[in-house]
Amino acid sequence: MAELLEKISAVDRISNIFVANQTMVGEGLPAWVNQARTPALQAFQKMGIPSFRTENYKYSDLTRLFENENFRRSFKPDLFDVDLAEVFSCDVPEFDTHLILVANGWYDEKSTNSELFPKGVIIKSLRKAMLENADLVEAYYGKLAKSNEDPLTAINTIFAQDGVFIYIPDNVQISKPLQIINILRSEDDLFVTQRNMIIAGKNSQAKIMLCDHTLTSQQFINSNITEVKIGEDAVVDIYSIQNQHNKTASFSGIYVSQDKGSTLSTNAMTLHGGIIRNNLKISLDGEHASANISGLALSDKNQHVDNYTSIEHLKPNCVSNQLYKNILDDSSTGAFTGRIHVSPYATKTAAYQRNNNVLLTDAAKMNTKPQLVIDNDDVKCSHGATVGRINDEALFYLQARGINEKEARLMLMFAFAHEVLAEVKIDKLRDVIDQLVNKRLRGEVSRCHSCALDCIR
Amino acid sequence: MLVIKDLYAKVEGKDILKGINLTVNAGEVHAIMGPNGSGKSTLANVLAGHTNFEVTHGTATFNGKDIFEMSADVRAKEGLFLSFQYPVEIPGVSMVNFLKTAVNEHRKYRNQKELSAGDFLKLMREKKEMVQIDSQLTNRSVNEGFSGGEKKKNEIFQMAMLEPTLAILDETDSGLDIDALRIVSNGVNMLKNKNNATILVTHYQRLLDYIVPDFVHVLYEGRIVKSAGKELAIELEEKGYDWIKKEVEA
Ligand SMILES: Nc1ncnc2c1ncn2[C@@H]1O[C@H](COP(=O)(O)OP(=O)(O)OP(=O)(O)O)[C@@H](O)[C@H]1O
Ligand SMILES: [Mg+2]
Repeated sequence: MAELLEKISAVDRISNIFVANQTMVGEGLPAWVNQARTPALQAFQKMGIPSFRTENYKYSDLTRLFENENFRRSFKPDLFDVDLAEVFSCDVPEFDTHLILVANGWYDEKSTNSELFPKGVIIKSLRKAMLENADLVEAYYGKLAKSNEDPLTAINTIFAQDGVFIYIPDNVQISKPLQIINILRSEDDLFVTQRNMIIAGKNSQAKIMLCDHTLTSQQFINSNITEVKIGEDAVVDIYSIQNQHNKTASFSGIYVSQDKGSTLSTNAMTLHGGIIRNNLKISLDGEHASANISGLALSDKNQHVDNYTSIEHLKPNCVSNQLYKNILDDSSTGAFTGRIHVSPYATKTAAYQRNNNVLLTDAAKMNTKPQLVIDNDDVKCSHGATVGRINDEALFYLQARGINEKEARLMLMFAFAHEVLAEVKIDKLRDVIDQLVNKRLRGEVSRCHSCALDCIR
Repeated sequence: MLVIKDLYAKVEGKDILKGINLTVNAGEVHAIMGPNGSGKSTLANVLAGHTNFEVTHGTATFNGKDIFEMSADVRAKEGLFLSFQYPVEIPGVSMVNFLKTAVNEHRKYRNQKELSAGDFLKLMREKKEMVQIDSQLTNRSVNEGFSGGEKKKNEIFQMAMLEPTLAILDETDSGLDIDALRIVSNGVNMLKNKNNATILVTHYQRLLDYIVPDFVHVLYEGRIVKSAGKELAIELEEKGYDWIKKEVEA
């Protein structure tokens, strides 16, 4: 008779992986980084794997994913035989960026040409920055992305070893976008942890793009957390393009603190990926700060895309504006939760939120939930959510003018998506994304193995 | 050109058209009048291919082809045009992109080369002048935020762009101011020739002063109950529909 082994829980297994590899994980890193791992582990053990019962994870139960994985961990950088910069060389001449490559969570020195970076700006591996720019990193590390508030943040902090560090000094404005390309490439199933930090000094400006890609068809779990500090009157744009294959589970967290008069714009474009959960938390910590955040997710097959946003209005006269849209095909599922908290001190707050969704089939499902907690009377707030279908009358109108049904549907979907794309302020990038979305809706961007920007060739 | 025989159609289980017979030949203008709810728009939508309506009996051919065998877009490309009573707003779809796609779909269907961007804009400019539609409108999304009259004008502008062989204008005159009515009518008259035909659905004799019909039909409770020349419209304007209803019921 076969012996029945009691199955070890995912929490225990992940804890054991950490304990067994603790030395390797912490090697070469300062004590304050490694000391953050223990409380993170305790927080994770207390909160457990996100499930329907976990606060804020009602629509994304990750129990099965974590129970079934026994993936390799990328505790050391994998060596690649190719120059990744070469693989990703962008053939769109007008679209010129500073390229930063990250492979399996590790900053790729070899492929990143740091000599071309603007003067005064620090762009380097987070690992290096933890040693060489400890004062900068330590000030925010784990302070914006708090392990005790979110199990996925806790997991990231337990295992964090590397990622990207960007520091833009006061009064420095970078016009050319910084493009961080995160590549997953492995011959076996892989669990990747990446940790980034962006510090934008007073009155600085930068546009940052995050592009997520898979280069091989293995299964991946990708935990990617970015802490962002935006100084007084600084203007920061963060655009992300998620285009990983559908056997990837991607957990991203962007945690932002904004000082007085600063402006943040974000746009999250989800084209492909299996299970996607994006956490975006913004703390408006100074007066007259504004945050414009938007996202568009196009999903089909069994994809699951869950966007969770949380805006903390802590000071008076701040503005937040949210626009998220999903187009769901086949039996894909989506979720949007938009939390807005207006504190008693945040008088004259303006907070707007909209989430519109189109279901293309009966099997597709969308959950949308605003969460407004308003502890102040002097505010302007609005929120609206819709889950609908393609407008039949509009469809007939287009058909009655000679446009066939398929094309007419695409026109309407594209029109629906376009409102979000209009939020992208880099003209050339908007054009590129426009075309990507168009192709995605036509089903022509399938399992894209290369850079999103290469797809349009 | 259009031959409708004993046509029955229903919507949501309710019979609306109950035996329509109508023949329209090239070069003719037909006016269809009738009380509210009698089925005029239903007839127009059934012909244009709206899937809300179910044809339960009868036939309709357009240039000899069975119209019900064709999808809505094919009917349009075969030369049938419906000017909607209530044109829908389509936010996010620009007028230019919409028209360019429509015009080129028509051209592809006829094995013609697609228009270049330049030629398309030239065509658009020409037709815009014809119906005197404001450039501000053609730079917006389809019908989005257009006034009632602007929407109607836009329908005729699209008709001018597509040059159909059979145009069904469903109450295009309602909502137009006096000047716009004249401009739109002029446009329709300019597009008229011996090879195409027009069906005007209207409540008002006034339109028929501008676009003179060869035949006037009265649609009542899903049937054409009276057909005559243009003088019938004048009679209806004076006397209303009661006498016709009485005739039918007698
Ligand atoms: N989608 C629909 N669902 C249910 N009933 C409908 C629908 N469309 C039309 N009807 C009904 O069919 C009947 C005929 O409507 P239709 O729009 O054809 O009238 P009409 O002659 O064009 O009227 P009007 O002069 O007011 O424009 C009406 O009773 C209307 O309520
Ligand atoms: Mg009508």
